[in-house]
Parts: sequence; structure tokens; C-alpha cells
Amino acid sequence: MLARDDKDSLKRTPLHDLHVSLGGKMVPFAGYDMPVQYPAGVLKEHLHTRKQAGLFDVSHMGQLALRPKSGSIEDAARALERLVPQDIVAIAPGRQRYAQFTNEDGGILDDLMVANFGDHLFLVVNAACKDADEAHLRAHLSDTCVIDSLADRALIALQGPKAESALAKLCAEAPSMKFMDAGPHEVAGIKCFVSRSGYTGEDGFEISVPATDAEHLARTLLDDPDVMPIGLGARDSLRLEAGLCLYGHDIDTETTPVEAALEWSVQKSRRSGGARAGGFPGAEKILAHFDHGASRRRIGLRAEGRAPVREGALLFADSAGGEPVGKVTSGGFGPSLNAPVAMGYVPTALSALETKLFAEVRGQRLPLTVAAMPFVKNTYKR
Amino acid sequence: MTTTLYTSDHEWLAIDGDVATVGITDYAQSQLGDVVFVELPKVGRTLKKAEAAAVVESVKAASDVYAPISGEVLETNDALAAEPALVNSDAQAAAWFFKIRIADKSELGGLMDEAAYKAHTA
Repeated sequence: MLARDDKDSLKRTPLHDLHVSLGGKMVPFAGYDMPVQYPAGVLKEHLHTRKQAGLFDVSHMGQLALRPKSGSIEDAARALERLVPQDIVAIAPGRQRYAQFTNEDGGILDDLMVANFGDHLFLVVNAACKDADEAHLRAHLSDTCVIDSLADRALIALQGPKAESALAKLCAEAPSMKFMDAGPHEVAGIKCFVSRSGYTGEDGFEISVPATDAEHLARTLLDDPDVMPIGLGARDSLRLEAGLCLYGHDIDTETTPVEAALEWSVQKSRRSGGARAGGFPGAEKILAHFDHGASRRRIGLRAEGRAPVREGALLFADSAGGEPVGKVTSGGFGPSLNAPVAMGYVPTALSALETKLFAEVRGQRLPLTVAAMPFVKNTYKR
Repeated sequence: MTTTLYTSDHEWLAIDGDVATVGITDYAQSQLGDVVFVELPKVGRTLKKAEAAAVVESVKAASDVYAPISGEVLETNDALAAEPALVNSDAQAAAWFFKIRIADKSELGGLMDEAAYKAHTA
């Protein structure tokens, strides 16, 4: 984070003026001056997204295109499979998949979305990692792909049960899209890339729009009485309730996809015995974790009391004494649950649902229970 | 006759004789955002001036509330456990945190009156 950086050195997204005009409280985030909340506040913004629809500026994230030099999308997919443990070849045109760049130790360099746009792959990566990701792609894939950084595009997420009806007024195809469908569509007459995805656990869309049209599109969406602007504060509480990992917190270069409980994101074709098993960085360690289990695991935690248990809190097996068994990696108050929720890492032996643990908060050990994630049921349109 | 004074850390204290009622200012709650949890000191605890006495948690972060003055905690506001959002809606009245018996009135000397506090937060 760049919390101490001079405001002037912070980058601005194409929607910066809009945030300021809407009364956004601007804070430094991943090198950008971003709205953490609007006048409504985190709680109302969170609940509005769960009940109606929230508009998020996620333009700080990186957007990249991988274009195969041969013209064959399968060549680009096979090339990307050298960097991620996911089955990229099997992503059908018009579909998207969640993936991770891994390192030689099996750790996660970044998590990302990969869409097949027919003649090229479209990638969305995290803001803090985007320069490193682009360099990583150039270093390893330049022989097969032309790598374009799509820095002249904004990214708007529209999330919540009213997202479909709001977007349908501007994009006739929106209602027919299913979860993780992705492709070029016109929205309000603007040529956009639309995916039915997001990171809140709600049904919704992410819309990649040329920077010059971004404010017009955002204002048009905000004209809908169901749509409210939402800041990073509520984005974080929404993704936490959805049990989704935040890069740099719940996953990083020290965690493998298996430790992070992201096995679901690694298709059988890339696992031991699969058609294209291994072949990605850290495959030996990651496949060993698949085959024999990992010694620790990401878990969800519910607290008995109302005190939030935050990132960094140490976890213990007992109410007093003993060495810490793990650590909270994300935690806070879940507005939809009206209760604290957290996630963290513990030895696999302590990861079973209903296991009782304790978190040290201000010198006290607060009782917690290992709980299923997502904490709030997702509403994806599958 | 009650006098209200303020600290530079955004606590207020309403002084009535040798008892002060303590809370956080309306300015502080507006900066914190939605309050979801308040941890109060135990009745009977003796606080030293500037010691962490209570904790306010918003959706995003925890913030300490410091004792604006030394003394014994006489009473705490149970309503905050049931309804932490009172801090947002009525910071300087219904959402008081605790009452303290003032141990040393000379400690009041360093605190601000309302005009000075307004200038401090301007």
C-alpha cells in the first residue's frame, strides 16, 4: 500500500472526477486515489448491493490482451497454461475462468480472470500486481503471443440482484448471459467487453469500457434508481462475506492454491494423471498438495460475540496458553450477517467445520468456530 | 451546571462536579464511519489520563478511545452494546461511553473548550 504517499503521486482512474462529484471519500489504494466510501457509508452501500445494485469503479485493475501470433487461440491458451495451473485450452469462446499465476515454490503471484474472446484471451489482474504480471507475461509468452496492456480502458462492476435489469436497459444481451459468460457487447451504444462476474458473491457484470466513455456510461447506469455508487470499503466487506480471497492478504507468494482452498479452480486436466498435468511454475509442490494434502488450509471463521476479528489476529487452539496455531488474513464485520466474519490459515487438522478456535484481540481470547464459506450464499446466474 | 471539554484525540467530557461523562465527538464518528462494535472499560477500573480506555470498531477498522482524565470508572453505557450505531446517530449525548470520578481536576487544564475544539477540527 502507498498510504504515506503524497496525494499528487497517486494515479487516477477515468472515473476520478465522478467519485469526487459524488462525495466519495478518497484514499490511496494500490497507487490510486480511490473512493473508500460515499456519503451513504459502508454499511448502507454494502446492504444496497445485496438488495439492489451497486456500481464499483475497478479501473485500477489491469486489463491485458494475449493475441496468438499464429492466429490460433489454442496457441495462446497453451502458452498461458505454462504460467497458471488452470485449464485454459478448455475455456470456450465467450467464457471466462478464474486462475492464478504461480511461482516456482507453488505460491501465488496474482489471481486473475481469463476470458476467451475468440481470437484472443482477455485478462483482468490485480492493480498492485499488474506491472509485474505484464512483465511476467512478456518474459514467458512473447514467443507465442503479442501482449497488449489495455491501459486506455476503464472497468466498471455492476453487482447485485438488480444489476441485470439495470444493464438490460442499455444492453439487450445482458439477461441472456450466464455466470462467467464474457465477450464484446454494446452498452448504451458504446463498444464494451462484458462479463457476467464480479467479486461480491452477487449476480452482476463487469464492463470494460474505453476510458473516454467511462464517465458517461457510469452516469447513465447511476441514473437508474436501483443503482448506487459503492466504494472500496463495501467491496471488501462484500467479498469477505462471499468467502473470496483478497490478493496480498488471503493469498500471496507463500500460499499454494491447495492451502488457499482453491482446489475447485484447478481443473482435473492439469492435476496428476490429467491430459496436460503440470507444466506450470511450482507444479511439483502444488500437485503434491493435491495428491497428499497440504499441512495448512484457509478456513472461514464465525465469532460468538460482536467484536470484529481483524487481519493479523493470532489464532489459538485453547482459551489460554499455548503457541499460536494460525493467523487471520481477512476479518471484519459482515453487514449482511450483522456479525463478525474472518478467514485465516490453520493446520489442516484444525480446519474441519465446527472446530473451536480462539483469536487474540486486545489481549483477550475470543471464541471462534470454523465455518463454511461463503458466509453469505452467492446468487450467481449459472 | 455542566461544562463540556474536548481532547485533541476527539473525546468529549461533560463535567458535573467531580464526575465526568465521556464519549467521542460527532466529528470523530463522522471520520470513523459506521460503528459496529464498542468495547467499554469495566466498572471499577482505575484509568490513567491518556490510557486506552475503550475501543470503537467501524466496519473497516478499530480505533482506541483514550481516557481524557484519570479516575475510577463509575458506570458504562450498556445501550452501546445493543446498538453501537448510536455512536453515529447521537455521539455527543445518548452514545456516551462511561462516567468517571475525576481524580485530579488540575488535569482538566490541558483540554479544549468547544470553540478551541472547533478550530482544532476545522
